Amino acid sequence: MAELSYRDAVAAGIAQEMARDERVVFLGEDIGAAGGVFKTTVGLLDRFGPRRVRDTPISELAILGAAMGAAMTGLRPIAEIMFSDFLACCWDYVANEISKTRYMTNGQFTMPLVIRTANGAGSRFGAQHSQSVENWAMAIPGIKVVAPATPADVKGLLAAAIRDPDPVLFFEHKSLYSLKGEVPDGEHVEALGRAKVLRRGDDITIVALAAMVPRALQAADILQAQHGISATVIDLRSLVPLDTQTLLAEVTRTGRLFTVEENPRLCGWGAEISSIVTEECFFDLDQPVVRISTPHIPIPAADALEDAVIPSTARIVTEVLRAVDFRPGAARGI
Amino acid sequence: MESIPLPIRLTLYKLLVELRYCEKRAHDLFLQNLVKGTSHLALGQEAIAAGFGLAMEKGDYTFCTYRGHHHTLARGAPMCGVLGELMGRQCGLLAGKGGSMHLTSVKHGVMGSYAIVGGHLPIAVGAAWSAQYRGSRQAAVAFFGDGTTNIGAFHEALNLAAVWKLPAIFVCENNLYMEYTPIRNVTAVEHPAADRAASYGLPAIVVDGNDVDAVYLAAGAALARARAGDGPSLIECKTYRHSGHSRADPAKYRPAAEVESWLERDPLPTYRARLLAHGVPESNLTNIERDVLAEVDRATEAAKASPPPAIESAFTDVWADGGAQWRN
Ligand SMILES: Cc1ncc(C[n+]2csc(CCOP(=O)(O)OP(=O)(O)O)c2C)c(N)n1
Ligand SMILES: [Mg+2]
Repeated sequence: MAELSYRDAVAAGIAQEMARDERVVFLGEDIGAAGGVFKTTVGLLDRFGPRRVRDTPISELAILGAAMGAAMTGLRPIAEIMFSDFLACCWDYVANEISKTRYMTNGQFTMPLVIRTANGAGSRFGAQHSQSVENWAMAIPGIKVVAPATPADVKGLLAAAIRDPDPVLFFEHKSLYSLKGEVPDGEHVEALGRAKVLRRGDDITIVALAAMVPRALQAADILQAQHGISATVIDLRSLVPLDTQTLLAEVTRTGRLFTVEENPRLCGWGAEISSIVTEECFFDLDQPVVRISTPHIPIPAADALEDAVIPSTARIVTEVLRAVDFRPGAARGI
Repeated sequence: MESIPLPIRLTLYKLLVELRYCEKRAHDLFLQNLVKGTSHLALGQEAIAAGFGLAMEKGDYTFCTYRGHHHTLARGAPMCGVLGELMGRQCGLLAGKGGSMHLTSVKHGVMGSYAIVGGHLPIAVGAAWSAQYRGSRQAAVAFFGDGTTNIGAFHEALNLAAVWKLPAIFVCENNLYMEYTPIRNVTAVEHPAADRAASYGLPAIVVDGNDVDAVYLAAGAALARARAGDGPSLIECKTYRHSGHSRADPAKYRPAAEVESWLERDPLPTYRARLLAHGVPESNLTNIERDVLAEVDRATEAAKASPPPAIESAFTDVWADGGAQWRN
């Protein structure tokens, strides 16, 4: 095991796949000579050359369109959209073209491409560079949606996304780029569509994604140490496909579910999960599902404001305590 | 035009007749309420599809718009597949899952018909990039309308294709109108495509899009340039649609004199007259016309006889594993 940053795991994942498969090509703005605006792609141009690592003009339509055309004709492109907010500038490709062409043509094409993008708040960049837009993406049939929380998952899930025959929207969280963690040596590939149970508890289940995962884990520690509440924490890792079996098993066991979402409230991914849980294990629930999300507002810039609106460890603890009204020593389910 | 050998010219004529008769049949089937949804006929614009269709080689890529029946047929896709798709039948090219605006036949090099104006231009650039990367000598040809020259994707695609020197050919079918608005009312230059070419370091090329010989020669030149590694071409073909924008449009917004003058330049009768003037016996041409009509009739009957697609097929091929599962 080597320790890598979340940032370096991006380049490591891309390099691993480019080295094993000549069909993998990479395009985006400032990704080559500059190594990426978040320095996530440093070294790739030197190692793989300008034929495979291509700097593009500021043309989001052309970047995703070209990736799609290349994927339809035998390559396995990785396209970078610098900030996930800019997906709105090329949403036609996500919503209308990449996701629908296989279906519309009765399976005449496969679409093996990955769109990587920096998602999420925490950098005080304001409302156009801080959004969490994973819920936009999961509303579209035909594209997979992945969001890793650890360096190991960045490498392993990115490798899996590149190898996957379907298009994958891969959300890297910009506030996690400096996070360090162990990454397995040698070839590392994870499976798409499997949630991970990071800790198992008996009283509640907290489900989180990307930057909300470390906060959920911290909150679980506090709840255990200070309030005697024992929490399961699930890292969803992928919204499409969605690992509902892992989720339903834990919710059935603990009877209480909290979602921690960075996306704005309306139609956030937690709403879908809440719906699935109430439809499929309603009688195992001891309380209504609680969604802890960013309020339905644009993301403000000032550090004090941004910190106040994104779900924090403290807010998770507070929401859990309020909902559970937990009395130490009391049996579950009262 | 003497440089085009007679067998090729006869093939061009046959293609023109196929596209015309099949498109007319699509219109008839619509009047019989057998074609559902919308459809955008290319009546009057066949010479562009025929000229390019014949000039292109087997592996080349065609990308077209919702107005794409002619381009799909010109690459050799079967008429029954085209008419069947318009009618929502199992025999359709997409087995009923795409409809008139999305005709695709990968095995004929037809890489899709796209219904978002301009959306396919960057995609064609990607296919050309892939051809360049693989060293395959293939070219990607994208067809689009005059209205498409005012959308961002057009400009992004041309710039990237030029900067990367890709084997991409952009063919504007300038039929003078977007849906209902004359292109000149909304465009800053006279030639919506050709006058933009300089912005991308490309020569301005304007071709008579109703002259199949002229289109064929222009296509050959652009394909040769693409295969030589000399980069993209932008070709503006001037043409006119004989019917409305889509099935419901009577096209009342067009001055009668304008329609009249363009009908005189209908690519079919003008080419027929040219072939006759070159000494082609009329019986050769009537034989072609008779055979094509019989083929259209057979395709029509086959499409009518084809059942609607099975309901289960609505749930196939969202994903590469053939299914539609989004959860376990
Ligand atoms: C992005 C987008 N905007 C608007 C439309 C609606 N629309 C469909 S066809 C069309 C006109 C296109 O004109 P042109 O490019 O000249 O092609 P033509 O129909 O004349 O072949 C419009 C506006 C669309 N399909 N996509
Ligand atoms: Mg037009």
